[in-house]
Amino acid sequence: MDAHTLTPEQHFIQKEPYYEAVGNEIAIFEAAYRNRLPVLLKGPTGCGKTRFMEHMAWRLKRPLITVSCHDDLTASDLVGRYLVKDGETVWVDGPLTRAVRCGGICYLDEIVEARKDTMVVIHPLADDRRELPMEKVGQLLQAPEDFCLAISYNPGYQSVLKDLKQSTRQRFVALEFDYPTPDLERRIVANESGVAAAMAEKLVKFAQMTRNLKGSGLDEGASTRLLVHAGKLISSGVDPVVACQSAVAQAVTDDADMLAAIQELSSSLF
Amino acid sequence: MARKALTRAEIEALLDVWLETEFTFHQVGPVARALCKLQRGEQDFVLDWIKRIATTHITLAFHFARRAPDLIQRLDRRAIEAWAVHLCDTYDRSGMYAALTVAEQVDAFTRTRQDHTAGALFEDVAPVLSNFVRGLSGRKLKIEQGDGAWSDSEKIVLPAITVALESREDNFKLAKATVALLWAQTRFGTLRADLAAACADFAHPDRALGQFNALETIRLSACIARELPGLHREMRRLMAALGDQLPAAWADFAARLSDPAARVEDSLELLAAAYSLPDFKPWCFQAELRPDAVAALRAARLEKEKARLRVKLAELEEEHRRHKAGEEREATPEQPRFDAEAIDQDGRLDFEITLNDAPIAPPDDVKQLLTSIYLDFGEIPPDYLVPAGDGEYDPSLYQDQPVDPDAVWQGTYHEEGALFYPEWDLGRQHYRKNWCVMREKEVKPVYDDFYRQTLDKHFALVKHLRKGFEAMRDENRTLKRQAFGDEVDIDALVEALADSQDGREMSDRLFVRQHRAERNIAVAFMVDMSGSTKGWINEAEREALILLCEALELLGDRYAIYGFSGITRKRCELFRIKTFDEPYTEEVKARISGIQPQEYTRMGFAIRHLTKLLNEIEARTKVLVTLSDGRPDDYFDVYRGAYGIEDTRMALLEARRSGIHPFCVTIDREARDYLPHMYGAARYVILDDVAQLPLKVSDIYRRLTS
Repeated sequence: MDAHTLTPEQHFIQKEPYYEAVGNEIAIFEAAYRNRLPVLLKGPTGCGKTRFMEHMAWRLKRPLITVSCHDDLTASDLVGRYLVKDGETVWVDGPLTRAVRCGGICYLDEIVEARKDTMVVIHPLADDRRELPMEKVGQLLQAPEDFCLAISYNPGYQSVLKDLKQSTRQRFVALEFDYPTPDLERRIVANESGVAAAMAEKLVKFAQMTRNLKGSGLDEGASTRLLVHAGKLISSGVDPVVACQSAVAQAVTDDADMLAAIQELSSSLF
Repeated sequence: MARKALTRAEIEALLDVWLETEFTFHQVGPVARALCKLQRGEQDFVLDWIKRIATTHITLAFHFARRAPDLIQRLDRRAIEAWAVHLCDTYDRSGMYAALTVAEQVDAFTRTRQDHTAGALFEDVAPVLSNFVRGLSGRKLKIEQGDGAWSDSEKIVLPAITVALESREDNFKLAKATVALLWAQTRFGTLRADLAAACADFAHPDRALGQFNALETIRLSACIARELPGLHREMRRLMAALGDQLPAAWADFAARLSDPAARVEDSLELLAAAYSLPDFKPWCFQAELRPDAVAALRAARLEKEKARLRVKLAELEEEHRRHKAGEEREATPEQPRFDAEAIDQDGRLDFEITLNDAPIAPPDDVKQLLTSIYLDFGEIPPDYLVPAGDGEYDPSLYQDQPVDPDAVWQGTYHEEGALFYPEWDLGRQHYRKNWCVMREKEVKPVYDDFYRQTLDKHFALVKHLRKGFEAMRDENRTLKRQAFGDEVDIDALVEALADSQDGREMSDRLFVRQHRAERNIAVAFMVDMSGSTKGWINEAEREALILLCEALELLGDRYAIYGFSGITRKRCELFRIKTFDEPYTEEVKARISGIQPQEYTRMGFAIRHLTKLLNEIEARTKVLVTLSDGRPDDYFDVYRGAYGIEDTRMALLEARRSGIHPFCVTIDREARDYLPHMYGAARYVILDDVAQLPLKVSDIYRRLTS
C-alpha cells in the first residue's frame, strides 16, 4: 500500500475526528475564528490539544498545517528561505507562509520551544494587522479572512527560561485544557481504544494514581493519550499490567524505582 | 583452591584483639567455636563485620558475634549486612539499650524454618513502596524505617528487613501488602477511631486491641479487594503460603465486615463478641496498632488543619467577591456559606465545594486539606467550613514556621528543622545514616567599603579578568558552508557552480547558519569559614570572592556561594552568602564583607548539601569549587585525621557520581601527602601564597569552564 502524499494546502480533514468537549471550548474557538482572533491552547501533554485542533479544522473545513516547534526552529523555518535549484536561488515558502496564502489554520505546537526570533513573525500576524512580513523577499503578506493562527503551550514543565512572554500571550484568546473528568475520560478511553467500560474505568483509575505522583518524582502523570495507547494494547490481547508498563510507565519515566512503583500500582489494580 | 578455614585458636586471637577481651572480659570462646565450623568465606564475612562493628562499639560487636554464626546459615549475606548496619545506626541514634533490642529481634529470624532466606531489605523496598503509596489516594504517607510495622496516620513504619518467605520477591510482596494495609488504616478510617478508649473498658485492653486489629485487618482486606484486586490476589497467595486462615468462628464477622458499607464502627461493635473468642493468629501482612502515636499526631493536626482550611476558605471567598464585584455592583450582605460534599466512591476521593450554592473549583491545596480532614472524621465537620474572620488566627498556627537556626539551641530538641546528611565511617566501611545535623544560616551583612577597597587594590587584575571573561561570553557565530541554514552562502555557491562547470561534484553545503553557543553552567563555591582562616586567609578569601563575582556577572553563569563551618556533628552550619537565584546585590557584597571565621572544618556535609543544591538546578555543566585552608578537622571528634579525610573523599566521589565536577583549592602547604588521596575524585590546586588566591581563583574558574 502506498503512502498518501498531500501538500499542506490539501490537508483537509474529511472524517470527523473523535472529540469530547470538556467545556465550551468549541464555541469559543468558533467565535474567535469568526472574529479573526488567534488562539492559545494551554494544557499538559496528551490531554487532547492536537485532537481538538483537528476537530476544529474539520468543523471549519479549513486545511490544518501543524508545525511542531523545537529549539532550533527559526523564523526562516516558518516563513521560508532561498534554496539553490539548478544553479539558481529559488524562494520556497515555509509552512506558515503557505498557511497564510491558502487561508488555512496554522497550528504551532509547543511554541515556547522555538527560538526567540520566531516571535517577530508571529506578532504582526497575531494582532489586528494580520500580516506576515517576509523580509528576505521584501514583501508583506496580508492574511485572508479564513486564515487562523493557533499556538499551544504547556505551562507545566517548561523552565522559567522558556516562559511565554507577556507581549506574546496577550495577543491570544486562551483556552485552558486539562485532563478530562473521570467519567469523560472513561468514555474517551473506551471509545478510542475499544476496551470494555470496566477496563476503561480501571485505566482511568490507574492514570489518577500516576497523577498523584506528579511532583514527587514524576514530571507529568499519565495523559489520556497514553491511556488510549494502553487500552489499544489491551484490546489486542496484551495483559493489562504489561500494557500499562509498556504504554504508560515507560513513557512517563526512566527512573528504575519509579518504574517499579508504577508496576506495583498497576499489578495491584488489575 | 579454597583457602583453609581458620582454626578456633586463630579466631580467638583475632577476637581477643578486636573485642579487647583483656578489659571487657567478653567470652569469645563459644563464638570462636561456632565460627571455626564455618567455611573460610563465611568466616571472613562474619569476622570482617565483627571488626567493623567493633569500631563503633565493642559490646555491640560482641552481640553481633554471638548471633552471627547461626544467622549466616539462615539468612543471605545482604540481609545480615543490612542488619549489622541497622544495629550500628540504632546505636548512633538511640544508644546501647535500643541497639541491644535490635540485636534480640534478630532471634526471631532464627525461628523461621527455611535456610538461607533472602529477606527484603528496607532500603531496597522503600524507594519503590514510597512511590507506590503516594500513588494511592488519600493523605500522602511517608515511609520510614523503624522497629516494626505500624502507622501513625502520617507515616508508615517498616522494619529493617522483611523476612517470612524464602524468595526475595515474595518477601517484597509481603512488605508491599503490609504497606497497603497500613495505608488502608488511614484511608478507610481505622485510625480515626479512638482506639485507646474503645479498648479501655475491657479487662485486658491489650488483648482487646489485638482482637480489634484482627477485625480491622479483615475489613481492610475486603476494602483492598475492592480497590486493588490484583494486590488482593497476591495477599491471598501469601496467606496460603504461610498457612494463614480465617478461623471458623470469625466467619460471621468477616461476612459483615466485607460489606462495602462496613465502617470502623462495625468493627467496634463486634469487638465485644470477638473479645470472647480465642486470640486471632495474625495474618502475615497484619501490622501493629499504636493508638498513642496516632492520638498525639491527630490532636496536633486537627487544630492546625481547621485553622488552615478556614483561612483558605476566607481567601477563596474574598477572591470570589472581588471577581464578582467586576460584573455586578450589587453588594451581598449575606453571610458567605460554604458547603463541602465528599465523593468517596470506587476508591476515588473528590470534593465538591459550593459557596452560597454556587459550585467553585477548589485549588489543589484546599483539596489536600479536605482529604486530610475527611480522613480524620469521615466527613467534613460544619464548623470547619466557616471562613476565618480577620485576624482570628495567629498565623503561626496555620503556617509552617521557618525555624530560627539559633533558637533551636535554646530548646532541648536540637534536631528540629535541620537537614540530615550521612557521613562515611571509615572503620565501619559504611555510612552513618542521618549523622550530620545541618542548618543553613545567614551571614550578617557588614556594610563597609571593603568592596570598593578590593576593587581599587586589584585594579589592574580586575581589568585583566574582565578581558579574559568577556572573551568567554556566548555570542552568535555565523557558521558557513552548512547543509541547512537561513540563507544561501554566496561564496560556497559560486565555488560549487564553478566546480560543476568543471565537471566536478557539486557540494551541498551551500548555506549559512547562525549558531549560538550557550554557556549553561551552574557553579557553587564552598568557602572555608573555620577558625583557622582568621586573619590573612579570611581576607584573601573575601577578596577572591569579590573578584570572582565581578567576573561571573560578566559571564552570566549561575552561581552560589556558601561558607561552611561547624562544631561536632550536631552543629554543622552552612552560611548562605549568595544563593543561585539571588542577584549580585549590595547585600551580597556586604555579606561577603561580613564573612567571619567560625569554628571547625567539617567538610563532608557541606559538599553533600551543595551537591544536592546543584542537582536541583538545571544546567549542562555543574561545578563545585571548594576553598579551604587545610585538612578536615572537628572539635573533640573522630573527624580529625583519617576519618575526616575519608569522609571528604567519599563526599567528593558522590558529587562526581551525580555528574558534578568538583574542584578544590587549598592553601595547606604542609600536608601534600593526603591531598591526592582526599581529592581523588576532584581536581585540585595548592596555592603556596595566600596573596595569590584572588588572582588564582578567577583564573582557575576560567580554565575550568572554557
